[in-house]
Amino acid sequence: MQAQTDYVLRTVEERGVRFVRLWFTDVLGFLKSFAITPAELETALEEGMTFDGSAIEGYSRVQESDMLAVPDANTFEIVPWRGNDAPVARIFCDVHRLSGEPFEGDPRQVLKRNLEGAREKGFTFYAGPEMEFFYFESSRSPEPLDHAGFFDLTQHDMVSNLRKQTIMTLEAMGIPVEYSFHELGPSQHEIDLRYTDALTMADNVMTFRLVVKEVAQDLGVYATFMPKPIAGDFGSGMHTHLSLFEGDVNAFHDPGDEHGLSKVGKAFIAGLLAHAREITAVTNQWVNSYKRLSVRYEAPVYVCWARNNRSALVRVPIPKKGKESSTRIEFRSPDPACNPYLAFSVMLAAGLRGVEEGYELPPEATNNIFQLTPEERAAEGIPALPQSLGEAIDVMESSELVAGVLGEHVFDYFIRNKRAEWADYRAQVTPFELERYLGTL
Amino acid sequence: MHTQPLLVFPDPPPPLLAQTLDLAGYSWKACANVSTATASEPADGWGGAVLVADEDPEGAFGMGRALRKRDSSVEPVLLLITGAQLVELELREDLFDDFCLSPFHPKELEARLRHLFWRSGRGTGPEIVDYAGLILNLETYQAALDDRPLDLTYMEYELLKFFATHPGKVFTREQLLSRVWGYEYYGGARTVDVHVRRLRAKLGEEHAGLIQTVRSVGYRFGQSRAFPSTG
Repeated sequence: MQAQTDYVLRTVEERGVRFVRLWFTDVLGFLKSFAITPAELETALEEGMTFDGSAIEGYSRVQESDMLAVPDANTFEIVPWRGNDAPVARIFCDVHRLSGEPFEGDPRQVLKRNLEGAREKGFTFYAGPEMEFFYFESSRSPEPLDHAGFFDLTQHDMVSNLRKQTIMTLEAMGIPVEYSFHELGPSQHEIDLRYTDALTMADNVMTFRLVVKEVAQDLGVYATFMPKPIAGDFGSGMHTHLSLFEGDVNAFHDPGDEHGLSKVGKAFIAGLLAHAREITAVTNQWVNSYKRLSVRYEAPVYVCWARNNRSALVRVPIPKKGKESSTRIEFRSPDPACNPYLAFSVMLAAGLRGVEEGYELPPEATNNIFQLTPEERAAEGIPALPQSLGEAIDVMESSELVAGVLGEHVFDYFIRNKRAEWADYRAQVTPFELERYLGTL
Repeated sequence: MHTQPLLVFPDPPPPLLAQTLDLAGYSWKACANVSTATASEPADGWGGAVLVADEDPEGAFGMGRALRKRDSSVEPVLLLITGAQLVELELREDLFDDFCLSPFHPKELEARLRHLFWRSGRGTGPEIVDYAGLILNLETYQAALDDRPLDLTYMEYELLKFFATHPGKVFTREQLLSRVWGYEYYGGARTVDVHVRRLRAKLGEEHAGLIQTVRSVGYRFGQSRAFPSTG
């Protein structure tokens, strides 16, 4: 630890860093930050910095509000979009109680606890998400950038500039990417992050969302991770590739199996499927998330797996020949507005439960699953994911698995917060209702 | 940098010793006995020696004697011994310049080496690695590429430093893990791949090739030794 601390202090001095931003995440997945000066940094690294936790969603109540943000020196990075004249750096923090013990309401600690559990069983958990998002002209209305077709050339330059700046900034922050355009036009984009261990990846997702939004703002547009901003168009997902390693060996791979999937791999998928409905409130945590989870537009709806069907909840990509160690599964329901620490925690726990209990993998989904009536699907034993936030919360509330993964503090807060969101939504009279009913009823 | 490598006995050395020397930026070569030491001595001689007497005191003292009783004696020599062996130092004062108790504390070993080199007039200036436009200042932890500062995390810096101080040599993932991360790494064996990708991303397209993947072996920094770079 000492060497990391020296490294950070020395770099701050040599680069003339003016402020160090301490980053942490609230229960709903919003990035929180406060700045300290280099003079305070050494103490912060040794003892943590006190802050008022009652101001943070899902942290403490007022009577026990003081918390410690303890920087993780491994995550120290100079923030590249602030320029080189007065550099600003960031460090992710773990949140502790003043007594020094880890604070159970901190999502990063929740993920660390679950990763530690996996490690005790000999597994390291890797995640690689595909981040989708839209660019709009502003946050006031979802006007796609290519709306004004007249200015095609200008728009084109702007989008290629956005893309270049975003990738350069991400790479400068140590987040290697693969980029893909959506064919629907320059407004929806997808950036795939190369896999890392799940803790680093959750940090990366937090950084990623900030970088995409910052770069967009610099160029005068607005980037959003809202799961379904435009009715009648594709939503934004966060398909996540998952794998477990035992030391250097991919635990999902078995060269002797006809599909190359090991017993562990199959049981992990079975666990994800068996608990999919329970964890959906976490992987899809907003009212709007459920507008994306509809049958059209390739979003998953039914709890099933397949190798090539892109509407299945779990897809098993066929690894290239000679690349068997890249055997992985793709979990397709999460959206990019989730809290990545909590979402990776529940995915890991659902899969591991399958491995521990030796769940049986159901047969692969065939295309006609999507043509069956709901009754026929029920008879086949293929449930649908929750269709609203209200339903998802009901299912989650009775899940012993999710309560254990999140811990009582986060679990209770989450249910309370999401029930309130659902109640607010239900109290609305929507434009849909006015249009359809006011003139006729 | 100390241009001449240190001789280390035994071969293989204790992993903590290897890691400490690597992290401190010393180049070194392990030798199992006097004849390998003679055979693999660089043209400009050894930069010094670190001899571990814990397991094989006779071998270590024998090596010390061979290094000292010759025309150009090797200096400095640091001896690592256990507390129980202290008595054996008697009448062997001429075989070493300093010693350090084993099990040793990495910081102490590093400090003793630094002091020995300072006394022998070497290793006083800032230690700079310069390779094809990449500059690492080992004293200030700063990295620069084509005169632009390169912002790295601690482990990225340590990995790049290890690579840059061992150019042309192929390392397996396991070697990199044990020598750069030590044994307390987080994130499992794929950590090396993840960090190499991060480094390549930061080096940028033009320089990403500095770290090459050697198929089904591991990684190599810079040109292979068969084709030494002229830059």
